[in-house]
Amino acid sequence: MSFLQIQDVSHIYFSKKDRTLAIKDVNLSIEEGEFISILGPSGCGKTTILSIVAGLIQPTIGKVILDRETIVGTNKNTGYMLQQDYLFPWKTIQENIFLGLKLTNQLNEKTKQKTLALLNEMGLSHVKNQYPTQLSGGMRQRVSLVRTLATNPKLLLLDEPFSALDFQTKLKLEDLVFETLKQFEKTAILVTHDIGEAIAMSNRIYLFTNRPGTVHKVFEIPDELAKITPFEARNHPLYNEIFQEVWKELEKLEK
Amino acid sequence: MKSKINIESMHNEYKQKLIRERRFVVFFQLLIFIAFFALWEIASNLKWVDPLVFSSPSKVWNLLVENIIAGTIFSHISITLFETILGFIIGTVAGTILAAILWWSPFLSKVLDPYLVVLNAMPKVALGPILIVALGPTMTSIVAMGAIISVIITTIVVYTSFRETDPNYIKVLQSFGATRWQCFKEAILPSSFPAIISTLKVNVGLSWVGVVVGEFLVSKQGLGYLIIYGFQVFNFTLVMQSLLIIVIFATIMYKIVEVIENALIKNR
Repeated sequence: MSFLQIQDVSHIYFSKKDRTLAIKDVNLSIEEGEFISILGPSGCGKTTILSIVAGLIQPTIGKVILDRETIVGTNKNTGYMLQQDYLFPWKTIQENIFLGLKLTNQLNEKTKQKTLALLNEMGLSHVKNQYPTQLSGGMRQRVSLVRTLATNPKLLLLDEPFSALDFQTKLKLEDLVFETLKQFEKTAILVTHDIGEAIAMSNRIYLFTNRPGTVHKVFEIPDELAKITPFEARNHPLYNEIFQEVWKELEKLEK
Repeated sequence: MKSKINIESMHNEYKQKLIRERRFVVFFQLLIFIAFFALWEIASNLKWVDPLVFSSPSKVWNLLVENIIAGTIFSHISITLFETILGFIIGTVAGTILAAILWWSPFLSKVLDPYLVVLNAMPKVALGPILIVALGPTMTSIVAMGAIISVIITTIVVYTSFRETDPNYIKVLQSFGATRWQCFKEAILPSSFPAIISTLKVNVGLSWVGVVVGEFLVSKQGLGYLIIYGFQVFNFTLVMQSLLIIVIFATIMYKIVEVIENALIKNR
């Protein structure tokens, strides 16, 4: 049995006037330690899937099984990174990265030291007593990564975490996130509309159709590309080949 | 090297400009202050206005000095100040707690919505006579007046701010498995501090209104009592004196709220 299984999941949003089938019959499975991407045009229900996996919303139909347990409601097993850092501006960096530990009653000297060590690894230990507004966008997103990893979640959900950054910062952060996740052997799902990012970072790409979102095609990224850092991957000859392939499929979807 | 010297002197020039501008502002503020009291004094002396009704700054000042020497004014000031601060705190805290309850139960907030509108529209001072009969002509009913006048508007403003909290902060907390109470404590409340502070500023003024009206009705002691007493015996110097004292203390309270504001939301 796979580490994470999304089984026949469909979700409908109801409002007074309307009902929207956001995603339909989504099936996918991920092995432990894999990095997969969900790629698709905006409005393909990418965020809906992440919200379901995180337990923030209950799917209308179907279920999600993480590590042999069906997900019901929010839980400590998943870490969620949003498009923007959403660090709490009234908390210092240190208070921000301890937030998850505090909420789950795991805050003690040991976990504190571990989290601070992680902050140090990100090259940010000097800002621990500063407030988020004093930091640049890239630094804040790195702090956000530390905050997410602090509780040691089994699965990381990345909701376009690089989309609000400038290109240079984005490339650097892709490498950092990639290496950090590999170091801690984390399983991750990345949601993105950036083809290059998806190819450079993942083991596998699920291409989604638009409204209702469903898996259109799966691209396996060869190991020689998946094993190297995103920056190196972008310069690999295979990268362009896959890019063209994905691009053609995306074009087809628009017709 | 040359450019550095230029920057230095330009910066000094800029600082000089700021200082000059600041002096100008203070000068005109003082000018208005002095002109107001001078004009009042002259108008009263030359009988441009009825000196019996409008009194004059010198008469008010003499009365104040007299009252301070006799020591009678202090009990009135402290009573009113105590009632106002208590009414202000009760009104603000009760309003915030009510807002929290509404946030906690969306069902309750839907049910209570029209009643809040009605209560907000109602002129609260009109409740004064009922309060005095119900709670007795004591300090309790005056404090109740000071509180009741601000509680509904506080509830509405703070509740609106609770609801406008960026849902992504909640999402971050929920992704850690946070409970509803944790969401409230970590995100909803702190992100609403600016709104709460701005209602504090409004409530300072409202509580003075409530307390002064309460003292009008109960008429035993306090600055509101002095105003109504001065009116009844046609001593408008006493009315003006009490009014000036109220203005001074209301301003001090407002300034204290500003200090609290700076302490609470310095990091945004």
